[in-house]
Amino acid sequence: MIDEGLRTELSRQGVVTTTLQELYNWGRKSSLWPLQFGLACCAIEMIATSMARFDIARFGAEVFRPSPRQADLMIVAGTVTKKMAPQIVRLYNQMPEPKYVIAMGVCAISGGPFKEGYNVLKGIDRYIPVDVHIPGCPPRPEALLQALMTLQDKIDKQPLTGDNRPPHLDASAPGEFPIPAFGQHDLEPPNNPALWQPPPMTRAE
Amino acid sequence: MNLGPYSFLALFAVAGVAFAIAPLALAWLWARVFSPRKSGPSKNANYECGLDSQATGWVQFQSEYYLYGIVFLVFDVEVVFLLPFAAAFKGLSAGACVAMLIFVLLLVEGLVWLCVKGVVARK
Repeated sequence: MIDEGLRTELSRQGVVTTTLQELYNWGRKSSLWPLQFGLACCAIEMIATSMARFDIARFGAEVFRPSPRQADLMIVAGTVTKKMAPQIVRLYNQMPEPKYVIAMGVCAISGGPFKEGYNVLKGIDRYIPVDVHIPGCPPRPEALLQALMTLQDKIDKQPLTGDNRPPHLDASAPGEFPIPAFGQHDLEPPNNPALWQPPPMTRAE
Repeated sequence: MNLGPYSFLALFAVAGVAFAIAPLALAWLWARVFSPRKSGPSKNANYECGLDSQATGWVQFQSEYYLYGIVFLVFDVEVVFLLPFAAAFKGLSAGACVAMLIFVLLLVEGLVWLCVKGVVARK
């Protein structure tokens, strides 16, 4: 490992030093290819983000892939109905590692205005691990870009080895998450217990 | 050391093969050292649309599809060639006209065959 002071001194002299980890993370964070799908009105904002005015291409994430096999990033843009949730989880499972999820908008993170409804999933983080949540109804394109930059910062800090290494480098971390099935009243199971547990209910006396 | 006039070809071949294999070897090494393989039933599924795969991709197509193939050939190819033929009709020589008619005759032959077979008959 190179000393930080020596490193800044070298870069001042015009010598760029790097590590394998930094090179790897730089490569991953600079070409996050999103999966091309939208669920509701947030998708319109996602489309706007990809167009010339906001230009997500500045962050290397303009290559929206129509196949999960080629995508790194899943932007869950919009209301996830219970009918759609198994498909989302299956698409997430089909994405190759390393993969990341941005939950865009209040519907994707909690069910939003439909939280009390019977047919809307109360947050996609009940089934798949979410890296960045964006509130808003719908969030502005700037918010999506902010989320993308937050994700890039997160990727930049991920170590290659050790206990804190990301799940795609960890052989014991699951590669696929169980796909919920349509039950009689709700999805079965209603959440993935390894990812999300309902908050404990306490009765106020 | 004299290796003959074509030795650079062998050198290029070795360099080309190495250029192709090196990234694959690096990727294999990377997967071996850092990134474990994570395979599973839904990752290996046929379809990529999010829906459950209903069957395998190894299905048989009905052999009757050849009829559609012939109908497509007769009408589509005819249109593709007849339009330029009609547009350039005035400037064509007699030989070109005869050649075109022979070509149309070949395609019409297919149509006649389909008629005899009863494919285009109105039911």
